[in-house]
Amino acid sequence: MKLVSVVKELGLKTHCGANLSDEVTGGYVGDLLSDVMAGATEDQIWITRQVHPNIIAVAALKELAAIVTVAEPEAETVVKAEAEGVALFSTDSSAFEVSGRLFKLLEP
Amino acid sequence: MKLSEIGALLQAEVVIGCQDDLEIKTAFAVDLMSDALAYAKPGCILLTGLITPQTVRTAYALDLAAIMVCRGKVAPDDAVKVAEELDIPMMRTSYIMFEACGRLYQAGMVGCIEAVNRCER
Amino acid sequence: MNVESEHFSVTGGDFARAGAISIRVKKALSNLGLPRCVIRKVAVVVFEAEANIISYATEGEINYIISDDHIEIHIDDRGQGIPDLSMALREGYSTADEVVRGMGFGAGMGLPNMRRYSDEFQIESKVDQGTSIRSIIYLHGGENE
Repeated sequence: MKLVSVVKELGLKTHCGANLSDEVTGGYVGDLLSDVMAGATEDQIWITRQVHPNIIAVAALKELAAIVTVAEPEAETVVKAEAEGVALFSTDSSAFEVSGRLFKLLEP
Repeated sequence: MKLSEIGALLQAEVVIGCQDDLEIKTAFAVDLMSDALAYAKPGCILLTGLITPQTVRTAYALDLAAIMVCRGKVAPDDAVKVAEELDIPMMRTSYIMFEACGRLYQAGMVGCIEAVNRCER
Repeated sequence: MNVESEHFSVTGGDFARAGAISIRVKKALSNLGLPRCVIRKVAVVVFEAEANIISYATEGEINYIISDDHIEIHIDDRGQGIPDLSMALREGYSTADEVVRGMGFGAGMGLPNMRRYSDEFQIESKVDQGTSIRSIIYLHGGENE
């Protein structure tokens, strides 16, 4: 499903709307940067409570489709997202809820 | 949803068993315990990739029903020991947290919070 | 023989810049047309190296050298060093403080990840001096992740 559709279906708040026509193939939930570095694959949406700027480097390195934070991202994080062209969104739902809904959206 | 059903859905291995097949209504997924302290509801199942004695003590402090360790992580001995002492059921699934959340959500499990009311923080 | 190399400095405690070097290295290697699987491995090794220097050391350097059939990554830092190397290489073992952990670092996966993604891996450390790591990643026919 295209990122732009995922954003709409999940009612996400946009902080950096990059690569909106990219295809999303899965999701990854986690707050431990090493886990994401080792376990996430490209074109996944990363759902996390981490809101500091280092998440942008991780997303850029792993070529993730987007980051969805479950709390408001820091201002510096948004600046970095724009600089690196990393799509960044946030939600008021819990990680469990938004993962569940994303999982459902991506099921064939 | 019963704990045994959750285990079956996630093809989980039991690390620490439970006398009763607990009925669990809500789930919370997080690696960092500070968020669990803020948001997780008593009686929920905690899905996490970080399993340390601190995780277990947090679960105990919050009266969480059980811990589901994701990503196939093996709980270190010290964490298992604390969970045994505190009588907290623990299971382990190879599914990544996203997949685990997705499967439980599809089966009707709900999250602890519908939305965070920012005004309260 | 084609040799490309770069040299970077890292300052301890500089969390704001964690990941910056990894991104630069990734872009450089992509421009050179290295295989994607190799770039992925390098990204993990360099990211974890950066995170470790920033989290634990006073300062350090990360260098890479590309040869015809492998890329060599040298990581050297000055600082507290690692008292128990065998423990540090164990998954889940961490000496990170609360601040570091709260950011999602310090989960105890850094060195294990670096070792796993390297085709050859050497580490030495002296308490109160620092740590040296050599990681070699083959350009062709190395272990898949």
